[in-house]
Amino acid sequence: MINTHDILETIQMIDQENLDVRTITMGISLLDCADSDAGRACGKIYDKICRCAGELVKTGEDISKEYGIPIINKRISVTPVAMVAAASGGDPVRYALALDRAAESTGVNFIGGYSALVHKGFGPGDLRLIESIPEALSRTERVCSSVNIGTTKAGINMDAVAKMGRAIRLAAERTADRDCIGAAKLVVFCNAPEDNPFMAGAFHGPGEPDCVINVGVSGPGVVRAALAKAGDCSISEVAELVKRTAFKITRMGQLVAQEASRRLGAPFGIVDLSLAPTPAVGDSVAHILEEMGLECCGAHGTTAALALLNDAVKKGGVMASSQVGGLSGAFIPVTEDAGMIHAARSGVLTLTKLEAMTAVCSVGLDMIVIPGDTPEEVISAIIADEAAIGMVNSKTTAVRLIPAIGKQPGEELNFGGLLGSGPVMQVNRSSPARFIGRGGRIPAPLQSLKN
Amino acid sequence: MRAVITVIGKDMVGILAKVSGVCAENGVNVLEVTQSILQDLFAMIMLVDISQSTIPFDQLSDRLSALGKEMGLTVHAMHEEIFHSMHRV
Repeated sequence: MINTHDILETIQMIDQENLDVRTITMGISLLDCADSDAGRACGKIYDKICRCAGELVKTGEDISKEYGIPIINKRISVTPVAMVAAASGGDPVRYALALDRAAESTGVNFIGGYSALVHKGFGPGDLRLIESIPEALSRTERVCSSVNIGTTKAGINMDAVAKMGRAIRLAAERTADRDCIGAAKLVVFCNAPEDNPFMAGAFHGPGEPDCVINVGVSGPGVVRAALAKAGDCSISEVAELVKRTAFKITRMGQLVAQEASRRLGAPFGIVDLSLAPTPAVGDSVAHILEEMGLECCGAHGTTAALALLNDAVKKGGVMASSQVGGLSGAFIPVTEDAGMIHAARSGVLTLTKLEAMTAVCSVGLDMIVIPGDTPEEVISAIIADEAAIGMVNSKTTAVRLIPAIGKQPGEELNFGGLLGSGPVMQVNRSSPARFIGRGGRIPAPLQSLKN
Repeated sequence: MRAVITVIGKDMVGILAKVSGVCAENGVNVLEVTQSILQDLFAMIMLVDISQSTIPFDQLSDRLSALGKEMGLTVHAMHEEIFHSMHRV
């Protein structure tokens, strides 16, 4: 029989330490939905999503029940809509509305892929899509949008950076009556992965198969609890412990991914080895860093602790899954993490420290509430800084900022649910307007002479 | 197909009888039982065969959780596979 200790450990992880599979995300290609008529293309998109993902939510719930593993979200990612809209024409917002209807019919809580890949320049359809993002996000409930504005191989498209600063502001303004939620569903990427199952940045890349199952695991609470039990051990032992724990968490994700792929008749894509926090108590990445010995997340030492955590999670997870991808690593979304919210409120965690942390963790400046009067060129400059970190370090970085319209530092936004809540953080207001206004491209960095 | 039923909570008379009663009612064969009592906390682990079960597994799981609630215990029923995959390389 299986070891009693192992069984009880699993039960405890699920019951008390918030172990869960964060998301089963079905990636669906929309390339075969192009049509000479935009209305017909939208109809084809709706039909294909409903056909492929009709059973997604039910299958997720069945697996959750049978295996006793909570599966929190069932989601869909689709081909960047800019590609389909370029081929089929028409107002891009129509496609967003079709995606929203399909999400509602299939019962998923988010659908990602209102996206454009413009790291080297704008293709047909890209500009119109970017300009339509604020309207699309304000008129839909479940649609998420992302734009890739840079890669290590192509450099950074500064024209796109300028446009995205504006898009973020407008998305917040148009949803100011709903806590500026529009901006919480918009991500600007550098080196965006094509198989990411996590929202809001999920899209189904053009190199992906027709329909695929990607799974994102989670479990910051489990890692924190394991470290708490270990007591005063050395940093080497901390790294080992995180690795072992990440292995177990990922194995569970792998099992769920294979089972979901079998039942839905779609190939298994990847497991995303991520520590994704939620605002729930005991599900925080910041608390892991604090368990390592920091008084508060954001203190000096945070970047080093996060680097260790991020690397150890990958090392443990890679061995546990046959195919790994997505964002894989530790997430640091401020409003979605109880420990980060606390650290930001107390002023220990600042935007500059978060920027440093993004150089060593898996994503970027995520779910950060900034003052409502932050000028769009400052937002663009934050995007440019973050994209530069990603470009130079050959890693994914992202920016998801929420300008809190009408609010100042000290006030808060509250989105509810998994998106959480958070205080408005201070932003450096010295003007980068001339730099951003220049446009053009930052050339791709040299891949040798690394210093 | 085998599953693991775990019962955790305060020890009392009749836990084993009631849980195995639910199993018997639904054609679930108990293969192995281990139990331990750590101070006051009772932990029982049952390995069961569900291939002849007369109800779908999710319903069995619901009935066991309901029984657990009634008795003030935490009862989980999970496929055996999850423990193998999590704890064995």
